[in-house]
Amino acid sequence: MLVGQASVIARKDLVIEVRGRHALGTLLPFAATVLIAFGFAFGPGRDVLDRVAPGLLWMAVLFSAVIASRRAYQVETEDGALEGLLLAPIDKAAVFLGKAAAVTLELLALVLAVLVLVVLLFDLSVQDPLLMVAAFVLGVVGLAAVGSLFGVVAESARTREAIFPMLVLPLVAPVLIAGVRATDLAAAGRSSEVLSWLGLLAAFDVVFLSVGVLVFGYLLED
Amino acid sequence: MAATAERALGKATSRNGERTLGVASLVALAISALLSLVVAPPDAVQGEVQRIMYVHVPAAWLAYLSFFVVFGASIAYLRTKKTRWDRVAAASAEIGVLFTALAIALGMLWGKPVWGTWWTWDPRLTTTAVLLLIYIGYLAVRRITDNPSRRATWAAVVGIVGFIDVPIVHLSVVWWRSLHQGPTVFRLGAPEIQGTMLLALLGGVAAFTITYAYLMTLRLRVGRLEEREAREALSPIVEVER
Repeated sequence: MLVGQASVIARKDLVIEVRGRHALGTLLPFAATVLIAFGFAFGPGRDVLDRVAPGLLWMAVLFSAVIASRRAYQVETEDGALEGLLLAPIDKAAVFLGKAAAVTLELLALVLAVLVLVVLLFDLSVQDPLLMVAAFVLGVVGLAAVGSLFGVVAESARTREAIFPMLVLPLVAPVLIAGVRATDLAAAGRSSEVLSWLGLLAAFDVVFLSVGVLVFGYLLED
Repeated sequence: MAATAERALGKATSRNGERTLGVASLVALAISALLSLVVAPPDAVQGEVQRIMYVHVPAAWLAYLSFFVVFGASIAYLRTKKTRWDRVAAASAEIGVLFTALAIALGMLWGKPVWGTWWTWDPRLTTTAVLLLIYIGYLAVRRITDNPSRRATWAAVVGIVGFIDVPIVHLSVVWWRSLHQGPTVFRLGAPEIQGTMLLALLGGVAAFTITYAYLMTLRLRVGRLEEREAREALSPIVEVER
């Protein structure tokens, strides 16, 4: 029931995304710009860039997640779409889960492109791609959960743009730490050490998805 | 008539209670200063500088206590929708941010002579810094909207989510550090604490807790006055509309 409603919301958001090309049209150039800027900041020494590459990758994903979650609610303010969504006979938690799912898929598409860029630009060699993919999937779910929970607050704070990233970035500190460590270890091929970080990411996802399901309805009521 | 008298009486007793708490916190802080500066001996290894502990630890205790209160009051607000709980959460968050910043600043003052550095990415330090950022965000969310019920609801959600996040942050930072490099040399062991030192420490914690209660009553009264002012500022408009 909840999953069905959530997938309807997610499908709606993804259709808007596919037709509007926001993620590929805006986020990808943005992420590439961030990576190039990091290259200027830490380069051009190959050894430094190679060491910081996992961190840069995640910073680019983190910034993109902030923009993508905000965008997910921006589309709802146009033409009173949010009111329609509120009046729809669906569980409010489904709106949260659907938004989070759509943002997750958008970010994963972005991660794929950013990963190629990082491998090319920073010469990152990946020993265990499977575990790295797992780290990105689990990490992006966590980012999307926190972003989709507070994106609705951000939409009302347009005059105070900085509040949303200020709120989200400290909350997702565990995702950043665990994601970077897991990526680093997976790139180095130390697969046995990756698993505990993946566990931490999974725990973060479970906690924030369930808290989101419980409290999201309150954020929407007036 | 009787109701007004009763309200006046209630106000008088609450003001008296406030004053009593104020005096009590002053006395307790004075006793705590005496215990930590005079009664407790200087540390065998660190010398006099170790006395910072008697304010640093109580400040850190208040940081975590106030955010626990924010967490509890936020849940109570969402369940009951009584503005009283929102006032409690807001007051406690402000005091919490103050004492978290104080705990970090005092820790830095202590860290420089003892560890040789203002800052180290120690799990407890890092967690406390993230805690401070989360609750600065909480206070920022409170300023987004003028709609009181919306503000209270949003803040309550942040208060709950922020508190739940703290143990996860701590765990991730502990792992992060331990995988990076072995147990850090900066770690203070668990030294056997001498009797009067323990007394001074507990005295400090008690004094700070009483001060917290006093600051809470003050801030809650300001909160009530703010609310009344907002109501009265609104009432002429409401009457004209009628």
